[in-house]
Amino acid sequence: MNDSIVRIENLVKYFDISGGFLEQLQIRSGKVRLHKTEVKAVNGVSFEIAVGETLAVVGESGCGKSTLARTVMGLYPPTSGKVFYRGERIDNLSSKQMLPYRQRMQMIFQDPYASLNPRKSVRQTLEEPLRFHRGKISAAEVNERMAEVMEQVGVNPAWQDRFPHEFSGGQRQRIAIARALVIDPEFIVADEPVSALDVSIQAQILNLMMDAQDQRGLTYLFITHDLSVVRHVATRVAVMYLGTLCELATTAELYDTPYHPYTQALLSAIPRVDGTKQKHIKLAGEIPTPINLPTGCVFHSRCIHADERCRNEIPELLSVSDTSGSLVACHAVAEGRL
Amino acid sequence: MALLEVKNLEVSFALRHGDLVALNDVSFTLDKRERLGVVGESGAGKSVTGFAVINLISKPGRITKGEILFDGKRLDQFSEHEMRSIRGNHISMIFQDPMMTLNPVLTVGTQMVETLRAHRKISKAEAEKIAIKKLELVHIPSPERRLSQYPHEFSGGMRQRIIIAIALLTDPAIIIADEPTTALDVTIQAEIMDLLLELCDAQDMALMLITHDLGVVAEVTERVMVMYAGKVIETAKTIDLVRNPRHPYTKGLINALPGHGECDQENRLQQIPGTMPNLTEIAPGCSFHPRCDYCQDICRSTVPELRQIGESKERWVSCHLVGKGQL
Ligand SMILES: Nc1ncnc2c1ncn2[C@@H]1O[C@H](COP(=O)(O)OP(=O)(O)OP(=O)(O)O)[C@@H](O)[C@H]1O
Ligand SMILES: Nc1ncnc2c1ncn2[C@@H]1O[C@H](COP(=O)(O)OP(=O)(O)OP(=O)(O)O)[C@@H](O)[C@H]1O
Ligand code: SF4
Ligand SMILES: [Mg+2]
Ligand SMILES: [Mg+2]
Repeated sequence: MNDSIVRIENLVKYFDISGGFLEQLQIRSGKVRLHKTEVKAVNGVSFEIAVGETLAVVGESGCGKSTLARTVMGLYPPTSGKVFYRGERIDNLSSKQMLPYRQRMQMIFQDPYASLNPRKSVRQTLEEPLRFHRGKISAAEVNERMAEVMEQVGVNPAWQDRFPHEFSGGQRQRIAIARALVIDPEFIVADEPVSALDVSIQAQILNLMMDAQDQRGLTYLFITHDLSVVRHVATRVAVMYLGTLCELATTAELYDTPYHPYTQALLSAIPRVDGTKQKHIKLAGEIPTPINLPTGCVFHSRCIHADERCRNEIPELLSVSDTSGSLVACHAVAEGRL
Repeated sequence: MALLEVKNLEVSFALRHGDLVALNDVSFTLDKRERLGVVGESGAGKSVTGFAVINLISKPGRITKGEILFDGKRLDQFSEHEMRSIRGNHISMIFQDPMMTLNPVLTVGTQMVETLRAHRKISKAEAEKIAIKKLELVHIPSPERRLSQYPHEFSGGMRQRIIIAIALLTDPAIIIADEPTTALDVTIQAEIMDLLLELCDAQDMALMLITHDLGVVAEVTERVMVMYAGKVIETAKTIDLVRNPRHPYTKGLINALPGHGECDQENRLQQIPGTMPNLTEIAPGCSFHPRCDYCQDICRSTVPELRQIGESKERWVSCHLVGKGQL
C-alpha cells in the first residue's frame, strides 16, 4: 500500500526488569542460574496507518498503548519487529539517520504538567525545535512561525514570555500541541492528549486537533482509554489487550458490531449520559500480568467463551468475513461459535 | 426532614494573600436512601463540599458560615470528639486518594478490625467476622484469606472494593464517595458502579457521589447538583438534567461531551470558551459570565440566586435569565 504513512510489522517490546547481575542469580534444584524477568508490554502487533487518517488505540491501563506509541516514535528500540515510515524502515536507524524523521513525526503526551519544561518560557519551548530542525532560520522567521502557531492553537502570542506554571492545564496542552506543530510534521502520535483535562476543555483541544488535521493533512495515532472520544475522532480503532491486538476495525463497524468478547465488554462498560442504562458485561477471572503471559489467547482467563483451544493456541488476527473489514483475533469468532 | 441538610455553607482557606473562598453559599439536602451526584470541573469545590460535611477541612481552611444538619443535629458545632462518633460510623467517606484510607504497611484485616473497634466495643474475633461479611458484600473472593494480605497485593479494582468494604463496616447511613472510579479502567469502573448501586439498595444507604464524569452520574444517581467556582449553579433530577440542562454552563458541559451534543458539519464538538477562573479571580456578578454566550448587563453586576424553576420542585438554577422567557 503506497498511501500508508506508518506500517508496523510484528512489533515486540519487552522490558527487562530483572535488575543487576546479583539480583538475577537464582538457585534452582541446587544449581545457580541467571534468571531474567521481563515485562512483555507489546507482543507482535502489526498495522498500517493511512495518510490523513486517525487510528485510535484503546485498551485498559497497562495493556501497552504508551509503549507501542513510543516504539513507533523510535523512543524505544523494539525487541523485534519492524517500523516503516513511508516505506522506509526506521526502527534500526542511528539517531543521526533518524533526524529527518524526527521532524516529520511528533508526539503529544498525556500530562501537560510534566511534558513542558517548567524553566522554559513558551518562546523557548517553541523556538528550540525550530532552530534544531530548521538550522539557519532568521529571528524574524522564528517570530513569524511562532506567532502563527500560537494563534492557531488559541494561545495569545503576546504571552510568549510566560512560563508553564502561569497557564491552566488546557492552555498547557495547547502549548504542547503548538510545540508539536511548529516544525510542520505530517504524523503525530498523541498519547492520551485530553485525559487530564475537564470536559469543557477537552472539547476545545479535540476541536483544535481536528482543525489542525484538516488544515495540514495530518495523520494521527491517537492513544486513549476514553471510548466516547475515540468514536468522535477516529477513522479506525485498534483494541489492545495485554500487548496484543484483539480487534482492528473502522470506527463505525467497531461500535456497530464489536466481535471480540473483550471489545464487547469494553463497549458495554461505557457509561451513558442519556440515562439509558445498558447491561454491563461482567468480566470473570483475574487480570493476568504481562510478566507471566497466559498461554493461548491472552484474554482466555477472563472470557466466558473460552474453551480448550483458547487456552492453548494463540488466535491470529483474521478477517471476520468477506463483507466486513473487521480483523479479529478470537477462536470463537473464527469458528462461528460467537 | 432530610437526612442531611447543608445550609448556606461557606468554606474559606486563609492564604498568605488573603482569604480564598472555596465554597460560597452552598445549600443542598440528601434524603434517606437517596443517591445524589456532585459534578463540576477540577477545582469547583466538590471535594471540599464532601470534607465539610464530615468536618474534615484541612488546616488553613475552615467553615466560615452556614449550617450542616445530620438527623437534625448541627454537625458544624460538634467537637472533634463528637465528630469522631459520626465520621466513619454514621457517615463514611471514600477519598479521592485511596491511600488516605489504606495504610500500605498494615494488612487489610488489621485495618478493618481497628476501624470497627474504634467505633464499637467488640472482640477482635467478632470484628473479623463483620469484616469478612463486608468483603463478601463487595464480592471479594475467599475473604478469610484476604484479611492477611497487604493493600499492594490487590489489583486497582479490588483495592477500591476493599475501600468500599471499609466504608461499609459500621453500616453508615451515608456514604460520600469522592471520585471512586476515576483511576480505574472502564470495565472495572462499570463493576464498581454496579456494586455501589446494589449496596445502596440492599443496605439502605444514601450516597453522595462526587465525580466529574457525567456518564457515571447518569448511571448511578437520582438527583444531581452541578458546581462551578465554589457555587451550586443547578440541581435537578439526574434524568431531567442530562436531557434538559437549563443553566448555560450545564448546557455547555453536556453538549461538549463527544457523542452527545450536536456537532456542526465539520464534526466539531460544541465547546465552552475559556476556562473556570481561579477562585481568587472570580468576576463580579455571575461567576460564569465571562464564558457565557447569553451574558447581559445584569450578569456582569449582580450575583444570581439559586431559584426554583418550572414545575419540578427539584429543579433549581442560578442564572438571571433562565425561566424568564429568555433561556
Ligand atoms: N520503562 C519501562 N520499564 C519497565 N516496564 C515498563 C516500562 N514502561 C512500561 N512498562 C510496563 O509495560 C506495560 C505496558 O505499559 P504502558 O505504559 O505501555 O501501558 P498503557 O497501555 O499506556 O497504560 P496506561 O493506560 O495506564 O497509560 C506495563 O505493565 C508497564 O508496567
Ligand atoms: N488545603 C487547601 N488549601 C488551599 N486551597 C485549597 C485547599 N484545598 C482545596 N483548596 C481550594 O479549594 C478549591 C476547591 O477544591 P476541591 O478540591 O474541592 O475541588 P474539586 O472540585 O474536588 O476538584 P477535583 O475535580 O480536581 O478534585 C480549589 O480551588 C482548591 O485550590
Ligand atoms: S447568569 Fe448570565 S452569565 Fe450567568 S449563566 Fe446565566 S446568562 Fe450566563
Ligand atoms: Mg499510557
Ligand atoms: Mg476533588
